[in-house]
Amino acid sequence: MNQRFSIVPVFYLAFLLIPLYWLLTMSFKPMKELAGQLTLYPKSPTLDHYQVIFSDSSWYLGYLNATVYVLMNVAICLVAAIPAAYAFSRYRFFGSRSLFFGLLAFRMMSPAILLIPIVQIFSDLNLIDTYIAVALAHCFFNLPIAIWILEGFISSVPAELDELARIDGYNLATYFRKILLPEIAPGIAVTAFFCFLFSWTEVILSNALTTIDVKPIGAIMSRVSSVFTANVPILSAAGVLTLIPGILIVILVRRHLTRGFSMGRVD
Amino acid sequence: MASTAQHRLAYGLLSPTLVLMILSGVIPFAIVIYFSLHDTFAGEHYIWVGTTWYEQVLGSAEFYAALLRSLGFSILALAIQLPLGIYIALKLPAQGLLSKLYIIIFAIPLLMPVIVVGYIWRFLVLPKIGLLSEFVALLGWNYDLNDPVVVWITLILMDTWHWTSLVVLLCFAGLRTLPDAYYQAAAIDGAGRWAIFRHIQLPKLRLVLLIAGLLRFMDSFIIYTEAYVLARGGPGVSTNFLSLELIQTATIQFDLGEGGAMAVIYATIVVVVAWLFFSRIIPSQSMKSQEGT
Repeated sequence: MNQRFSIVPVFYLAFLLIPLYWLLTMSFKPMKELAGQLTLYPKSPTLDHYQVIFSDSSWYLGYLNATVYVLMNVAICLVAAIPAAYAFSRYRFFGSRSLFFGLLAFRMMSPAILLIPIVQIFSDLNLIDTYIAVALAHCFFNLPIAIWILEGFISSVPAELDELARIDGYNLATYFRKILLPEIAPGIAVTAFFCFLFSWTEVILSNALTTIDVKPIGAIMSRVSSVFTANVPILSAAGVLTLIPGILIVILVRRHLTRGFSMGRVD
Repeated sequence: MASTAQHRLAYGLLSPTLVLMILSGVIPFAIVIYFSLHDTFAGEHYIWVGTTWYEQVLGSAEFYAALLRSLGFSILALAIQLPLGIYIALKLPAQGLLSKLYIIIFAIPLLMPVIVVGYIWRFLVLPKIGLLSEFVALLGWNYDLNDPVVVWITLILMDTWHWTSLVVLLCFAGLRTLPDAYYQAAAIDGAGRWAIFRHIQLPKLRLVLLIAGLLRFMDSFIIYTEAYVLARGGPGVSTNFLSLELIQTATIQFDLGEGGAMAVIYATIVVVVAWLFFSRIIPSQSMKSQEGT
């Protein structure tokens, strides 16, 4: 692999960072400066816009709400996907191939396609405006991707290990806990990363399934945007704050990311 | 052949997944199909209308126009992001502090809510106070958001900014799995850079590229929020993608039948494309090695 210093990643880094820098400066500019003319950095920086967010519960609770249902979704997906991925990896059973594809097909459906029936179902179940409704609804796109990634990792664990564990008297649950899960730790990390990513960034379903109590930050931002120009700095500040959970998650799973992204195929 | 006990065990392990998928995916999609075959008044009485809605959707020029726009957007996104992502991954340092730093920063756009991505790019092109629009003006061009070409370029730029890192990270990880011995052997054979890429690195990237391509196709084809925030489908209908058309029909006009038929057609297209990708991925995966058992 390339070991020499290359300028290419630096250019890409600049391309990524300039829009982020712009968001950051906008969030510190007073309204008057922003509306006046273009300034490359805030001449008289202010924390007013952040103060608005931190002093109004309908704003700051949005972050908490989104974090709660996203973490619930990640947990649900991992718990359901690990045994399913194991079944797909180790057993060839009736319909396994079509089932695997059928699951993946759901990953490709836009939330827009299923929006109305999903809202109907969760309102029939009396779950509108609850964390669990969003966490469950996001399963249709996250669970298939979780199974797909984990299947790759489990397949790279030699099946002989299963045999040995059985001879040692391990049942399936003990085998999972003591042998399989530690082996596929990078896979679990990268799966959690993807589930977090797709659930945290989704807006259509999470907006439609929530009304007051558990509105996520994305939905709050889209509501405010109706009086658009007046709110540019506040939306910028709100946008900056949405970066924090993402950065935390990257730092948390970074150790596993590169191995994880190879999708288990280390050979 | 697998025994009955194995079947039972396999389905037992799959049962939580099946329950969750039936609740969040299968039943909703069945309801969409039901909508597409019925007409309704205020969502209370449903009357069977057969394929009327399908004929209406497939006979409408707007539908094909929206479909073409969505396909065009996906193809452009893939054509730019896959080669760019591979190129950047090849140029990344394999290890060290710099490598770690790159990876963390590259991942940031991926983890931004789509609505924030839409706002960032909208703010970059605000007339008079946007960094990008003013920079373009400085070069002597007019950044005109009433020009469909300008809006398309902005959308593609935004999508590239948002998602190229996914390709970079997948390819970088794929390249890391190549043993150094391969490069040493290639050096002994006097292979040039292109030959190394073509015959050693690219084959290794096949699986991760298919995954990246599939994810990028799916997500660019269903683009909604960012496009809506940036341009609201305009100017005119020039960025009115399939998802925008679908949400407009189903939730704003509340036309369940027509929206349903559109959704079923949309899902069919996506599944066919996905099958083309999928049938190339699976033979390389474990399912093949178990075919004989």
